[in-house]
Amino acid sequence: MGVGSDFPILSTIVAVPVLAAVVVALLPRSRPDLIRNVGLAASLAVGVLTVVLAIDFEAGVPGYQFVSEHRWIEDFGISWILGVDGISLFLVVLSGVLFPIALYGPKVHKDLKSYVAWMLVLEAGCIGSFLSLDLFLFFLFFEITLVPMYFIIGGWGYENRVYASVKFFLYTLFGSAFMLVGMLALVYLSAKGRAPVTFDIRELADRGAVAGNTARWIFLAFVAAFAVKVPLFPVHTWLPDAHTEAPTAGSVILAGVLLKLGTYGIVRFGLTLFPQAAVDLAPLLLTLAVIGIIYGALVATVQKDLKRLVAYSSVAHLGFIVLGTFAFTNQGLSGSVLQMVNHGLSTGALFLLVGMIYERRHTRQIAELNGLQKSMPLLAAVFTVVMLSSIGLPGLNGFVGEFLILIGTFVTHRWWAVVATVGVILAALYLLWAYQRVFHGTPTGDNVGLPDMTRREKTVMAPLVVLIVFLGVYPKPVLDRIDPSVDRLIDHVESRTDYRQPPVAADLGRNVRAAERGIAAQRAAREAEGHQDAGEDHGGAGEGGGEGEHGRVDE
Amino acid sequence: MIPAVLAQVGGTRAAPLQLPEVEYSAMAPALILIGGALILLVWVSVVRRRPPWLWAAFSLVTGAAAMGASLWLWFDVRDDGPRRAVADALVVDGFSVFFFVLVSATVILAALLGEGYLRREGFGGPEFYVLMLLSASGAMFMAAANDLIVVFLGLEILSIALYVLAGFHGRRLESREAAMKYFVLGAFSSALFLYGVALVYGATGSTNLVSIAQYLAGNVALENGVLLAGMALLLVGLGFKVAVVPFHTWTPDVYQGAPSPVTGFMASASKVAGFAALLRVFFSTFSTLRLDWQPVVWGLAVVTLLVGSVLAVVQTDIKRMLAYSSINHAGYVLIGLQAGTANGISGALFYLLAYTFMVLGSFAVITVVGRRGDAHHSLDTYRGLAARRPTLAFAFTVFLLAQAGVPFTTGFLAKFYVVSAAVEEGSYALALIGMLAAVVAAFFYLRVTVLMYMTPASAEEVTEGAPPAQPRLRLPATTGVAVAVAVAFTLAFGLLPSPMIRFARQATLLM
Repeated sequence: MGVGSDFPILSTIVAVPVLAAVVVALLPRSRPDLIRNVGLAASLAVGVLTVVLAIDFEAGVPGYQFVSEHRWIEDFGISWILGVDGISLFLVVLSGVLFPIALYGPKVHKDLKSYVAWMLVLEAGCIGSFLSLDLFLFFLFFEITLVPMYFIIGGWGYENRVYASVKFFLYTLFGSAFMLVGMLALVYLSAKGRAPVTFDIRELADRGAVAGNTARWIFLAFVAAFAVKVPLFPVHTWLPDAHTEAPTAGSVILAGVLLKLGTYGIVRFGLTLFPQAAVDLAPLLLTLAVIGIIYGALVATVQKDLKRLVAYSSVAHLGFIVLGTFAFTNQGLSGSVLQMVNHGLSTGALFLLVGMIYERRHTRQIAELNGLQKSMPLLAAVFTVVMLSSIGLPGLNGFVGEFLILIGTFVTHRWWAVVATVGVILAALYLLWAYQRVFHGTPTGDNVGLPDMTRREKTVMAPLVVLIVFLGVYPKPVLDRIDPSVDRLIDHVESRTDYRQPPVAADLGRNVRAAERGIAAQRAAREAEGHQDAGEDHGGAGEGGGEGEHGRVDE
Repeated sequence: MIPAVLAQVGGTRAAPLQLPEVEYSAMAPALILIGGALILLVWVSVVRRRPPWLWAAFSLVTGAAAMGASLWLWFDVRDDGPRRAVADALVVDGFSVFFFVLVSATVILAALLGEGYLRREGFGGPEFYVLMLLSASGAMFMAAANDLIVVFLGLEILSIALYVLAGFHGRRLESREAAMKYFVLGAFSSALFLYGVALVYGATGSTNLVSIAQYLAGNVALENGVLLAGMALLLVGLGFKVAVVPFHTWTPDVYQGAPSPVTGFMASASKVAGFAALLRVFFSTFSTLRLDWQPVVWGLAVVTLLVGSVLAVVQTDIKRMLAYSSINHAGYVLIGLQAGTANGISGALFYLLAYTFMVLGSFAVITVVGRRGDAHHSLDTYRGLAARRPTLAFAFTVFLLAQAGVPFTTGFLAKFYVVSAAVEEGSYALALIGMLAAVVAAFFYLRVTVLMYMTPASAEEVTEGAPPAQPRLRLPATTGVAVAVAVAFTLAFGLLPSPMIRFARQATLLM
């Protein structure tokens, strides 16, 4: 591809939004068009770079790629280390796609300049978190995302925005307090005696110096931070408020990207750094995840506010992701990583659609809406597709992820998977019921004669719908890139603990890995022909590994 | 040693008085400040006509000269190592020079703040600057003291000038009240400190910090009640200066009543100097008694962190709020001391460095928002500030978020540094309490940003008979410079902290 091997693409992806934010801050307030264009151009540039990254990314290579490493605060052993692997790659792409959409889509009614600047800072923070391979650097990015999100919710949100934004900030900070102490404990305990202090997670994972009970406590400290962010069941209460009160773009980013920081953090740091503790405490987290699935779905069912309904559906969906993570099988974890992306697309799109309805009706109360299908057929159609994706209908992206998660969990934790499956049915219940009340019937009152989607709204929704369908029909290119890293992580867990995947799951995983070794050999032999052929070979073998399509054939 | 010199003087009456050699260079920064103060005093009584900016300009030059001398001393110490001066009464090491630099910076920033304030309030004379320079020289003596008596002298020089400064705005009742309270309680704590010095002298036979340390290293007291009582009283006396709970009760009243630039100076210089003495006395002199004082410091740190952050939440006056916030900050410095390691001490130094700029910047903004009469400090004054003065509101947001410990600011790294020192020593509980207190603290810092950014300035429209739209705030150029410097420091070294971390670290190693 066009990018040279020594071009620091990851640092550029993080730096561009920051620089653009500074530029926007220096532009005069009286030039809103210029401000919007600068913001949009920067976020589009980042989007393009992330897509280039995904294309350049070597499928089949499990380790970190494009690593860029610079010394930063040497006295603490802190470095600027960015790198991407299959687990983080598509979260970066997701951020790259969602941010331009969030910036361009919803209208901003006041103070565009600060809004655009904060959004750009937020983008840098989110992507930086996904790319950091240094614990300290991750923590910085993880925390800094709070500030722009706080201002976006508090400055551009709805009636109860101040309460929601402060709650959001403090909840997350509360979790982070545990994580910071846990992180320092890990770093210093790993450095005792022999090795220099380092925050490099690759090195820390190798050392694995912290054992037993200590590791469990530190793991719990990390989980405290991530559980708030995900959010897991008992600490989820900030989410409905924050989502409901945030402006549309804020909700899109919050649901689409920010929540993934929690699930990503659990996978990247929890599983990698504390394999034994993660295995030991898996039943606890699986249980919380299942409670979240059922509870989120039930509460979503009884919501009167459409946006709040979508918010609670996030609690349920994120429960699935955690479930797949702690199943400790290749399929479950792959499904989780894929589902992070899927949820970002479908819930982001749902929030955009709810925002469009609000723009027209100035209410989100389900009871006040009816028959919207008559006046807005296109919006209703798009809503249907997105909703079905969120429910997990085969052929759309949500199915692939949820199916992998459930199959992966069933192998190791049967009853959790059984209960979680009920959540899929409940998702159909609350979403279809809401759709029925809002879109069906004959419009009355203010619901008559609403304008359908504008060109701008179509532009915004088109890429999301395309991705939703594409990932549902042909997830292979994505899974090809995710799987090797997932396998490596599961191998890492197995090599550090007594835990072994059950033979079914392990066989499938081994097939995949064997296939990859074959591909590596082939690739070396056929350098000239490029990786396209190899990728297809690999895909064919990989599908044997019980992924979406294979599973569907079984059914 | 002073006692030795005195004995010599008393014993040989016939011989000429033997004075210790005075190494003026070792005290150069403090002497520059004192000299500047004296020149100002003479100048105002000799010359009749002078431009109004003269005093501030001269103080700035004095502060800059002190800074230059401090930096020169820094390189001197780095190359030639620490040395003791004036019959062992003073020590010039990395630690003391670090504080010379810090206090000089405080002087410069406070002079910038004072200029706009004094002009607005209609004070023409140089008294403010004279007192501030003298007070700062006291702070430097405290930092460089190698003898408990010199610590006390520094403490008194610092405090007496501050008592007057607190009551400087004589037309305001609160200012006079603050001065009175500060004076009475301050005198009380000085007395306790002095008694502590006496007890320590009784137990160890010396007031010299090095001699005490040597005595304690060489002798084990089976009954060390007197020593421990003396140590406790020293802790109380210095704890009062740095506003550690439960010796903090003066802080909110005095911070609220004192003129805003004075509060800024008090919150920085006085706290910094108090900690300089506290850290040196406990970390290096009483290092052999670490097992005795560590639990006490642990307890003090916990209550300071919690009381500071929780009580700040219920304040309705910004200066009272920041007073409790400064108490909270003192708790973090104590975390560094409690660790009792070189890392902990350099963490504490870095914390004080970061804190000084954050707090002076905050009080610069408060001075401006307080408007004429220095009376508008209710939190409601900050409603909609972002709409009226976006840059000022942004600067204040930087200071508040930095104090809350948001990443990419010095405030975050400061917390990180002390907490990591605590974790390194296994004080997990204290580290966790510190971080949780930061969450509580974040709430009240956020409250101000909520008012500035998310609340329209509509209080007037709602309440009948209130004054019309808020008058435009005047931001004097000098105050603007101070704010800009503080913001730049907080952000720049938040992003690239290595030089400052190394500064704090070398200062500790050269102790």
